[in-house]
Amino acid sequence: MSDMKHLAILIKDLEDQLVVCMRCGMCQAVCPVFAETGREADVARGKLALLDGLVQEMFKDPKGVNDRLMRCLLCGSCSANCPSGVKVLDIFIKARAILTGYMGLHPLKKAIFRGMLVRPEFFNSLMEWGSKLQGIFVKPVDDLLGTSCGRFFSPLGDRHIKALAPVAFHQMVEPMNSRPGASGLKVGFFVGCVIDKVFPGIGEAVLRTMDHHGVGVFLPEDFACCGIPALSSGDTVAFNKLVRYNLQRFTAQPFDFLITACATCTSTIKKLWPLMAQDLDAETQEQVAAMASKTMDVSQFLVDKLGIRQVETQGDEKKVNLTYHDPCHLKKSLGVAAQPRTLLQANPGYRLVEMLEADRCCGMGGSFNLQHYDISAAIGKRKRENIEQSGCEVVATSCPACMLQITDMLSQAGDRIQVKHAIEIYAESLARK
Amino acid sequence: MKALIKEFEGVLGKDNVFQDETDRMTYSYDAAVLDPALPSLVLRPTSSEALGKVVGLCNEYGLPLTVRGAGTNLSGGTIPKAGGVVVLTNALNRIIEINEEDLYAVVEPGVVTAKFAAAVEAKGLFYPPDPGSQAVSTLGGNVAENAGGLRGLRYGVTRDYVMALEFFDVNGEVVKTGARTVKCVTGYNLGGLLVGSEGTLGVFDKITLKLIPMPPARKAMMAIFDDINKASETVAAIIAHRIVPVTLEFMDNFTIRAVEDFSHAGLPVDAAALLLIEVDGHPVQVEEDAEKVESLCRQMGAMSIRVAQDAAERDKVWEARRAALSALSRVKPTTVLEDATVPRSKIPVMIRAIEEIAKEFNLTIGTFGHAGDGNLHPTILTDRRNHEEWERVEKAIDAIFDRALALGGTLSGEHGIGMAKSRFLEKETSRATILYSRRIKAALDPKNILNPGKIIGE
Ligand SMILES: Cc1cc2nc3c(=O)[nH]c(=O)nc-3n(C[C@H](O)[C@H](O)[C@H](O)COP(=O)(O)OP(=O)(O)OC[C@H]3O[C@@H](n4cnc5c(N)ncnc54)[C@H](O)[C@@H]3O)c2cc1C
Ligand code: SF4
Ligand code: SF4
Repeated sequence: MSDMKHLAILIKDLEDQLVVCMRCGMCQAVCPVFAETGREADVARGKLALLDGLVQEMFKDPKGVNDRLMRCLLCGSCSANCPSGVKVLDIFIKARAILTGYMGLHPLKKAIFRGMLVRPEFFNSLMEWGSKLQGIFVKPVDDLLGTSCGRFFSPLGDRHIKALAPVAFHQMVEPMNSRPGASGLKVGFFVGCVIDKVFPGIGEAVLRTMDHHGVGVFLPEDFACCGIPALSSGDTVAFNKLVRYNLQRFTAQPFDFLITACATCTSTIKKLWPLMAQDLDAETQEQVAAMASKTMDVSQFLVDKLGIRQVETQGDEKKVNLTYHDPCHLKKSLGVAAQPRTLLQANPGYRLVEMLEADRCCGMGGSFNLQHYDISAAIGKRKRENIEQSGCEVVATSCPACMLQITDMLSQAGDRIQVKHAIEIYAESLARK
Repeated sequence: MKALIKEFEGVLGKDNVFQDETDRMTYSYDAAVLDPALPSLVLRPTSSEALGKVVGLCNEYGLPLTVRGAGTNLSGGTIPKAGGVVVLTNALNRIIEINEEDLYAVVEPGVVTAKFAAAVEAKGLFYPPDPGSQAVSTLGGNVAENAGGLRGLRYGVTRDYVMALEFFDVNGEVVKTGARTVKCVTGYNLGGLLVGSEGTLGVFDKITLKLIPMPPARKAMMAIFDDINKASETVAAIIAHRIVPVTLEFMDNFTIRAVEDFSHAGLPVDAAALLLIEVDGHPVQVEEDAEKVESLCRQMGAMSIRVAQDAAERDKVWEARRAALSALSRVKPTTVLEDATVPRSKIPVMIRAIEEIAKEFNLTIGTFGHAGDGNLHPTILTDRRNHEEWERVEKAIDAIFDRALALGGTLSGEHGIGMAKSRFLEKETSRATILYSRRIKAALDPKNILNPGKIIGE
């Protein structure tokens, strides 16, 4: 989305959403970044005010605003708590796209664009030739798998971060398209980059579980990234390409649900694909809507669709204490918090002990962790303390990105606590059977 | 300016001096629906000494200074003078002491109200003032606005809990007033002057707050009325029977419907009004009061009464009240929360007046608020971008003030005067009052640098 026509449409949209913020400041209570820095530019109210300033006064310092917009975990704590119902994340995602697009514009085009905003009567005529400009600013995206995820994985530095798995998930398994078994259901499996490249064991646990319950699986060849790294850095061109690519892969075979074990992928497909699809053609929009409605977290599928329940356990046998971290993209974005806990309690080997602030952001925020490691780590430390104080031996969660951050924090503190995905815990109980 | 910035950087450290325009823009507004103004610098002291030095330096250089806590006030109190300095207190956020023997606490001004209340509660004590913004508001801001809350009827407002203050005068010198004792007549009652002064007379550094024992029992209920008058007469009857509930809240039909749309809490959408009532104290007393309130409500014609049987039901009652502002603010883009307050007995007249004003100016107004205190929040729902409607909104606000004053009321129960209402002040008081206040201000702040333009104009 680097052409002016689209930028202008996005800005108009944005204006209507921006006025909803009444500057009450209640978001200061929940923003993890603000809690560390105390700077108004880091909290939703400040960022919204800056965007409002840009829209009203027409781009005084788009770069400065963009820099501040990037100091955000996109965790959604602010919108979940906002009395006015401001769609903060939608706004931030769109604003990143607009600002990145704008800054990529040639100075002459910038001037035209600015004129287009101040004088809406020119808007329509400009729309026409605006479309002719399409293509000029489109950066080539050669490697769908590489480009987007590269932002996520390149400068890992010397952190205590989980190394890339020696063998990626896509190298371990063959593409598959199995028939529904005893359950009568079939799922598409959206793997996601972090599981593919860092935690292939989670992918295996998913397949093992589906096999155990007689669920058919469609796993296409050359599956790709959901697009969030591109979108969150404002690159809607790469994002749209990835959405199209994924649609093409996953419409190749019929299935009942599209499942993921990555909270971020789930929330991206369910919320951001439709949000950004507004600019795509009607057919693609329909496909996006259909895909979004079929998508769910793996624990949601197992509990809501297969009816898996927690097991009542007898006596006080030897159990391992386990705590659970709610990924923002699952709880705040999609309201899924009960199902992963049910799944964990379906393994009789563990005792679930809740940590304090289980749904407080871990501080990962994708590329936020790379760009603002100090703030990210400070937020992560609080998560680590809560985990440690729960007295657990294992911490489970439902998002591999959170797992990266939590692993980093625990290992820096020298804690001997294992980090696992909820589906891995559940799959362990199947192995015992 | 350059030399001055160097000096500030020396006192505060480079990281705590924000010069960038983009950063400064985020300190140009607060929760009031007013135009923003850009400060020339934003400073974030991390110690008392630094705060005092900053105040002294601003005075020396004649720089207008606006202190900012959480920036949640609704009257423009933290919108700086263009080109002035904003001083943040959110790095001064230590609870210095909670004294369980003498029942007081000493805090820095940037401590968040709800965090303080929780720390106090953890020791079995109680700090009652609970403004709706308490999850983020600072105690310094509460004292400077004399903030109220839902418990004002029985427990009073912030002023009633300020035992002592240490504040910086305009030269950055420490002034002390009050004591940690229940009684104190040492010197002028400067605290009385400073509480509610909105940063115009001094900058709070250490605040000593009174604590009370936590009441052991409480009971909440919801009374439903088919007639607004019956509801407001019930308020008067409860007080006349010498029962002082902790909380006695009112919601009109528009607000009830908005809340129900928003939270589906099972509120009666065709009720004309609701009263939400809570009594507290010793268990026996609570039972007795609750029964009395219940039978009074019936006598006064309540259609039905729901008494909360347990903590969960009690939470439900208050959830409905807490949702009021959220629910209303979702109806239209701009929410103007007014605060006119009248003597309790005039509540029925005032509610009718607000309805008339809504009709006259063809506006949407939902009314809820602290009926027990006579403090209503008529909330105008509008879209500021619609200039024609906005003009009607401004006229309606004037009309609300006029009616409140005519009923012997006041411009603001708890949201402060700031810039939003300073031009109405003379209407309620007198020319002489303004001049008297300005003389005090001129004597204490000769260069007029402390939050200039607030309360008494310029
Ligand atoms: C959703 C919402 C609900 C609200 N509910 C209530 C309510 O129920 N009751 C109520 O009374 N108010 C309410 N308010 C208004 C507001 O929250 C209160 O006025 C609160 O006390 C302001 O605190 P603050 O920390 O945000 O102060 P700010 O807004 O930052 O500052 C308020 C004033 O205090 C001055 N000030 C701040 N710190 C100092 C200091 N250290 N020394 C000197 N001056 C200082 C500032 O200069 C300014 O004039 C509400 C506001 C919102 C947005
Ligand atoms: S984003 Fe929501 S919570 Fe934050 S200031 Fe705006 S309205 Fe208030
Ligand atoms: S999304 Fe999270 S980090 Fe970003 S402003 Fe909202 S609460 Fe803060």
